[in-house]
Amino acid sequence: METIVFALVNGVIYGLLLFMLSSGLTLIFSMMGVLNFAHASFYMLGAFFAYTIMGATSFWLALIFAPILVGLIGAAVERYGLRRVHVNGHVAELLFTFGLAYLIEEIVKIVYGKTAVNYRVPSILDFPAVQIYGADLPAYRIFMLFVAMAMLIGLWLLLRRTRAGLIIQAALSHPHMVGHLGHNVPLIFMTVFGIGCALAGLAGVIAGNIFVTDPSMAVQMGPIVFVVVVVGGIGSLEGAFVASLLIGLLQNLAVGINASFADIFGFLGLTSASEVGSITVSSLGPVLPFLLLVLILIFRPQGLMGEREL
Amino acid sequence: MSTQDTFDYSAHVPSNAEKFRQRTLPLLIFAAILVAIPLTGPSRTMYTLMHQMGINIVLAMSYNMLLGRAGLLSFGHAVYFGFGGYFAMHVMNWIADGSGIWGGFPVFLLPVLGFGAGALAGAVIGWPSCRRAGTTFAMISLGVAELVASGAFMFDGFFGGEQGISGDRMNGPQMFGLTLGPISQVYWFIAFWTIVGVAGMYAFTRTPLGKLSEATRDNPQRVQFIGYNPQRVRYMVFIFAGGFAGLAGAMSAVNYEIFTPDAFSLGPSGFILIMAYVGGITYFVGPIFGAILLTYMQSMMSDFTDAWLLYLGVLFISIVMFAPRGLAGIVFGFGAGLRGPRPRAFLITWLTHLAGIALMLIGLIVLVEIAVRWSNGYGEAFAPFGLPLAQSNPLSWLLVLLSALAGGALTRRAARMREAQA
Repeated sequence: METIVFALVNGVIYGLLLFMLSSGLTLIFSMMGVLNFAHASFYMLGAFFAYTIMGATSFWLALIFAPILVGLIGAAVERYGLRRVHVNGHVAELLFTFGLAYLIEEIVKIVYGKTAVNYRVPSILDFPAVQIYGADLPAYRIFMLFVAMAMLIGLWLLLRRTRAGLIIQAALSHPHMVGHLGHNVPLIFMTVFGIGCALAGLAGVIAGNIFVTDPSMAVQMGPIVFVVVVVGGIGSLEGAFVASLLIGLLQNLAVGINASFADIFGFLGLTSASEVGSITVSSLGPVLPFLLLVLILIFRPQGLMGEREL
Repeated sequence: MSTQDTFDYSAHVPSNAEKFRQRTLPLLIFAAILVAIPLTGPSRTMYTLMHQMGINIVLAMSYNMLLGRAGLLSFGHAVYFGFGGYFAMHVMNWIADGSGIWGGFPVFLLPVLGFGAGALAGAVIGWPSCRRAGTTFAMISLGVAELVASGAFMFDGFFGGEQGISGDRMNGPQMFGLTLGPISQVYWFIAFWTIVGVAGMYAFTRTPLGKLSEATRDNPQRVQFIGYNPQRVRYMVFIFAGGFAGLAGAMSAVNYEIFTPDAFSLGPSGFILIMAYVGGITYFVGPIFGAILLTYMQSMMSDFTDAWLLYLGVLFISIVMFAPRGLAGIVFGFGAGLRGPRPRAFLITWLTHLAGIALMLIGLIVLVEIAVRWSNGYGEAFAPFGLPLAQSNPLSWLLVLLSALAGGALTRRAARMREAQA
């Protein structure tokens, strides 16, 4: 029972983290039709910037300024890089972000070194908050939950309740019409790209100190964020939310299950001596998102909640 | 039914001499170069490098069958390379055991089996993934590559776990009197299969299927309209591309005598993509340029600098942003410009551009090398040609700034000159 509760709590937190990353990505994708390969690199930048700012000042300033810095870099990338490549088509844009991910990783390696940096949970949040079944749930996890929820509500209010959000939504589906109405569509694109990157940076700030902050964190996170966006459905924030939670829970629950294929499919005559039989469910955890991705793309290419096909 | 509006196409058919010059001659020259190389008495290092180049040429060109010819962006091409290589590795061990029919199979012909294994993997994986093109295809290929890469560590029986499987190529019957023992004999194996691979892929572009794959890339609806199924065209091209990747995998298996599950991971797949794109995907020979340059960079530059991946990233992004037709586009564009109406003006513009790029490159190299040494923290200073450029030395920063500014000004000037000429 306690394993399940812990897996649920951790799964929800991880899922919300995935949503912070994927919400920006799915907005950018539905806007430009391009999957930003470097999105997870901005997540990594957020964590490293937070480490630097926290070392100089405090965690709370890092929480505010690291995402803003990442957002500014993202806006610059859109303005001077993507917009230039745009004339050469979607493949060129995708390849540009692919190269950018390479470049950011190498630059981070030069500036911060090749090993993990000591980015810690702030001491004010470093205490056990709740006890569940005798085990402690750190206060920082609760804090992550609150930040993620605040971001979720803030994004929803921005997009659904403000005039700016209305224009962004219109620009997503009918950029030319919005342009004819006198709005500066390239500026909207740049702003959304910047905000998306800032959200990824925020995820990096609050996740970097729970996981490891090292130059490989973008490569580890990147493909999973794609999975979330595609599974959820392109351009659908609700879909991205559901898919984030689904994948977060799936991965955390799978890790908690010790059974092997032989235990599950024993009735088919599978023994644990055979190679397939000795695979445990917990070892499948990292593979599950990609299995889900391939299955979704084959059977439901518009994703869980998407309206159009990829 | 008037005969007036029928067009006489026979005047446009290339003559036999033209066919020979444009199609057969380049291949013959390529083969002649490969045959001539051992006459120069290359060193062991050169042989190792050239073998890797041969493998990468076939691999990058097989990738270009997808990206350049069929318009399919794949992030998992290393999967087919890996399956071809692993199957060849297993057969090599069966040959060593000498059991059954395998005892009589020459190691020299392993790439044929690699082709089969790669094509089979392409046929299985391509079935679900080729139903759509564009971003969906790219995402499925990424998902499949991740799946296979993680799965390879689960099934140790076939993939051999962390240390992979190794073998010995000096078994079984010999062909052409090659024992494949010394590295100079392996050269003939690699050269032979590189030529076969390149010729085979060129022949493929001349088949109706090769032509259809280009048509499907440009306009799938029209292909459907004239009665072909774009999905099936993509699927068949995918199988052939997987086959040639498998051929390269078997070449690699014989050359290195080891294969590890790392071959399946996203890193190698990304490197194949970069090779093909940097070389130029719109040209058939483009990937050859890319494979030769990047293999050279990979093995040589990593000795000189810690930051060679950074240079690779800069090169790739520059190609994507400023020269989307790749190195081949630059080379052929240069040739076309010299044969153009104003070769003198073209050459001046081109040289200005080149000087600008070279200056900016100097600035970048100095900046990166100083930064790398600062990052390593060994206290070692960057001293090209005996000129010490420490990070505390204002001269080094002046050099970075000046060369970047001058280079930027020159490239801008070249761009303006080009506009004036156009």
